[in-house]
Amino acid sequence: MSSVVLYTVLMLSALGVISAVVLYFVAQKFKVYEDPRIDEVEAVLPGANCGGCGYPGCRGFAEAFVKAEDISTLFCPVGGNDTMGNAAKILGKEAAAVDPMVAVVRCAGTPEHRAKTNAYDGAKSCRIATSLYSGDTGCQFGCLGLGDCVDVCNFDAIYIDEVTGLPVVDQDKCTACGACVKACPKFIIELRKKGPKGKRIFVSCVNKDKGGVAKKSCSVACIGCGKCVKTCPHDAITLENNLAYIDFNKCKLCRKCVEVCPTNAIWEVHFPARKPKVEDETAQPVSES
Amino acid sequence: MNKLLAVSPSPHVHSGESVNKLMFNVVLALLPALAVSIYYFGLGAFVVTAIAVVSCLAFEFLIQKYLLKVTPSISDGSALVTGLLLAFNLPSNLPWWIIVIGALVSIGIGKMSFGGLGNNPFNPALVGRVFLLISFPVQMTSWPLPIESRAHYMDALTGATPLALVKEGLKGGQTMSTISEHIPNNMQLLMGSMGGSLGEIAAFALLIGFAWLLFKKVITWHIPVSIFVTIFAFTGILWLIDPAHNADPFFHLLTGGVMLGAIFMATDYVTSPMNPKGMWIFGIGIGALTVIIRVWGAYPEGVSFAILIMNAFVPLINTLVKPKRFGEEVKKNG
Amino acid sequence: MLKTFSIGGVHPPENKFSAGSKIVALPLPKQVSIPIAQHIGAPATAVVAKGDKVKVGQLIAQSSGFVSANIHSSVSGTVASLDPIMDSTGYKRPAITITVEGDEWDETIDRSTDLKVECSLTAEEIIAKVGQSGIVGMGGATFPSQVKLSVPKGKKAEVLIINGVECEPYLTSDHRVMLEMGHELMVGIQILKKALGVNLALIGIENNKPDAISHLAQIATKYSGIEVHALKVQYPQGGEKQLIKALINREVPSGGLPIEVGAVVHNVGTAIAVYEAVQKNKPLFERVVTVTGKHLATPSNFLVRIGTPISEVIAAAGGVPENTGKIVNGGPMMGKALNTIDAPVTKGTSGLIAFPAEEAKRKEAQSCVRCAKCVSVCPMGLEPYLLNRLSQKKMFERMEHEHVLDCIECGSCSFECPANLPLLDYIRLGKAEVGKIVRARKA
Repeated sequence: MSSVVLYTVLMLSALGVISAVVLYFVAQKFKVYEDPRIDEVEAVLPGANCGGCGYPGCRGFAEAFVKAEDISTLFCPVGGNDTMGNAAKILGKEAAAVDPMVAVVRCAGTPEHRAKTNAYDGAKSCRIATSLYSGDTGCQFGCLGLGDCVDVCNFDAIYIDEVTGLPVVDQDKCTACGACVKACPKFIIELRKKGPKGKRIFVSCVNKDKGGVAKKSCSVACIGCGKCVKTCPHDAITLENNLAYIDFNKCKLCRKCVEVCPTNAIWEVHFPARKPKVEDETAQPVSES
Repeated sequence: MNKLLAVSPSPHVHSGESVNKLMFNVVLALLPALAVSIYYFGLGAFVVTAIAVVSCLAFEFLIQKYLLKVTPSISDGSALVTGLLLAFNLPSNLPWWIIVIGALVSIGIGKMSFGGLGNNPFNPALVGRVFLLISFPVQMTSWPLPIESRAHYMDALTGATPLALVKEGLKGGQTMSTISEHIPNNMQLLMGSMGGSLGEIAAFALLIGFAWLLFKKVITWHIPVSIFVTIFAFTGILWLIDPAHNADPFFHLLTGGVMLGAIFMATDYVTSPMNPKGMWIFGIGIGALTVIIRVWGAYPEGVSFAILIMNAFVPLINTLVKPKRFGEEVKKNG
Repeated sequence: MLKTFSIGGVHPPENKFSAGSKIVALPLPKQVSIPIAQHIGAPATAVVAKGDKVKVGQLIAQSSGFVSANIHSSVSGTVASLDPIMDSTGYKRPAITITVEGDEWDETIDRSTDLKVECSLTAEEIIAKVGQSGIVGMGGATFPSQVKLSVPKGKKAEVLIINGVECEPYLTSDHRVMLEMGHELMVGIQILKKALGVNLALIGIENNKPDAISHLAQIATKYSGIEVHALKVQYPQGGEKQLIKALINREVPSGGLPIEVGAVVHNVGTAIAVYEAVQKNKPLFERVVTVTGKHLATPSNFLVRIGTPISEVIAAAGGVPENTGKIVNGGPMMGKALNTIDAPVTKGTSGLIAFPAEEAKRKEAQSCVRCAKCVSVCPMGLEPYLLNRLSQKKMFERMEHEHVLDCIECGSCSFECPANLPLLDYIRLGKAEVGKIVRARKA
């Protein structure tokens, strides 16, 4: 009986050793040379594999990063400047600092501002709804609230507010990878400069209808009146197709446009509360959390 | 018009078919066999079925509610069917605690651990049955005698199944002609007068269920028929070669779990292929494996193992075997 | 055994409530809004301006490409605006809104009801006339008809197939047209045959319209080379590929057009529009619309001017009932739910169906039990359960490999699914994505 055990152990051990030797030689023979710095760079990357950099996963980015002559075009939005600095150090290069960005939802059409005109009853997907029709409200540009942006977010940084039916970005979690921007079939979400202490000003509307039509479908729509354009002292605002747009590279956060907007379509976030003077303070969002 | 119009993509009408209705029809189809079982095994059949059904429903509910924290979906009827099928695969004198363990394995391991209805690769009832068969071989293979043990549950008189008698006899060097004196004839087998799991004995009642399922379009004929044909042909060839040492093909079709397995277990939606070609491959595989296990294997019966083994091949079959596409042949010719 | 197609198919309840109602001309509306994109392909270009006076049948928007169609005014009056309106696609799109004044027709249109059988035009002239008249597929697909009649070089049409199947439940417009305009239909078919250079036309009609079958079979004896075939009732037999398979037992290859098996399919409504255009010089500006619904007061078939607000058409059938939950433009299987009943009737509006609230909402989706019913009903031999999952996981290349582009979006899978899964919703989405990928690859 004991001999059976002994032979079994011997046989299996011998098999193991032979396999190990074969594997070793095969591994040697088929070894592919890879720049060891790729591994090092990959190690400092966040490992989220979100694709926000434009490469398939962190490994793909690391390869491109090591091979690239000029690294200024490469940026990991998730890791930010710190990660890029560390990665550049591995190559003995210097990474230029980039302003941190954040995803911004440019629609404020809550049910009270934007009445429902029909009841969507298809599969819960903004893309499916978009391929079907313009949406369940009078505004054919606005947010559908079906959460395609939430589905694609790898960082749990965006959710649909149950009361407003609109997506809310958690700016602490948002890495500006841009997945939601690509997922939104209405092109509502935009990556904007995060701003000092999160302070930023933007037009929270993408409605390109003429003023009257826009206003009729949503009470907080941009009606393209152009008051903000005239008011802006920094030439940061442009008006195209009845829609104002604030260039975040030119905006100096003076907040003058916010005051003149007749429909409260321009939002300021993370500013200290103003002195109470106008009655429509309630229409302003408190913050984006 | 005060309400908002609904807008959804087409189609705007639905057949009205539902998972609940399908499961309900399976339960209806199982009732004749249950009635026959209660006729032959009486109290035992009733108690075992009740325990299996109740514990399957209970485990499904508890696991969904407290472990997975989702809305329990026991109303879809799938746990009810699993419970009935598990009971049908057990002897009618099985102690209650073994049945409860079987139900836990069926629902907990066979179904819920894979993500619940629609995601399990193996038939949950069979997972439970095979687990019990391996863990409790003695209890799982002592079969109450029909009719005589009607008034008893645990303390019934037991005997062997015809398949076991044949296997033992052939192993002991007897020929089929001597063995056949001890086993029921084919007519008795059709009516279910034999030892066996409580739901598998009555071929005619199971065939009534088959007819109902086909009539209600719950299943298609492909899987059961392919299993029957394979078993009949395979055992028929063996029988023609050597009738002294092989049972006739009708005996093989009517004994053991062939009817129950082919009609109710192999046709389980979740664990069977998705198109007729694949179903044929699946059925032929089950039939062939069943005969191989019966004739050359250690167990007298092999339907459960055959189905579970073929269940494992279903994803592969689904990937490799595609339905006939419209316009496909023309493309090849052109 | 009646003929039908070979794979899959479903049989939804027919509910043809308006089958017995004669076609009635709808009174002229006060205003019409005629979208400039009522067809598949490039939108037409408006050739009128605000304030212009137009007559019935006057060209108001010019076809802007090979796959495009002319648009004619359906009323006489003054152009009120060219602003976008919410049309039946559910989007605001450019339309020509005309305020109706009287009913003055273009003088060149022959308004007599006499049947004109002889046609002296050549094939090219017929095709040109069809193009000028803005005729599109009237079954609902709205593909410009002159494109279908122009057989590509190297291909040869052998048989003309006339689609009188009307496999969609509820709809009866084709049925009524076949009963009431049989002779016009026959002449239209002869003209189409001449345009295509074929000698044989087969009319396929499902067996739930025995009156139409016997009526047309009787008339057909007076015309050469027209056969009427009764078909087993089976959805989606009105799909081109299914109808060709049913009638001449040929399978259009995957990704191919009917012409590759020598067939050209036209709807009965289209054949009549061709008759009117060629023989009466009347462009396409009105069509037969079925207005129906289980709880509608008087399910009817109306002859409606294009651009008439849908609300007015429904009003003529007794108005929108109180508990209406959904209104569909087209058939219940492939039609489009309307988000507003102010949208206008277009060339593709074959029917308007009001669904009561209890039938309007979909039931809650459960998990897939892999019952394979979707596979068995798919008329194209696809695996909807798989395509649905792949689409949700965005695995579009695998979807292409699984022939998603063959999907005809008939809805049989969603109709049959016992778990109420929105299979077609996701498959359609995936099909669109795969289409984009394939086009990008070709470009």
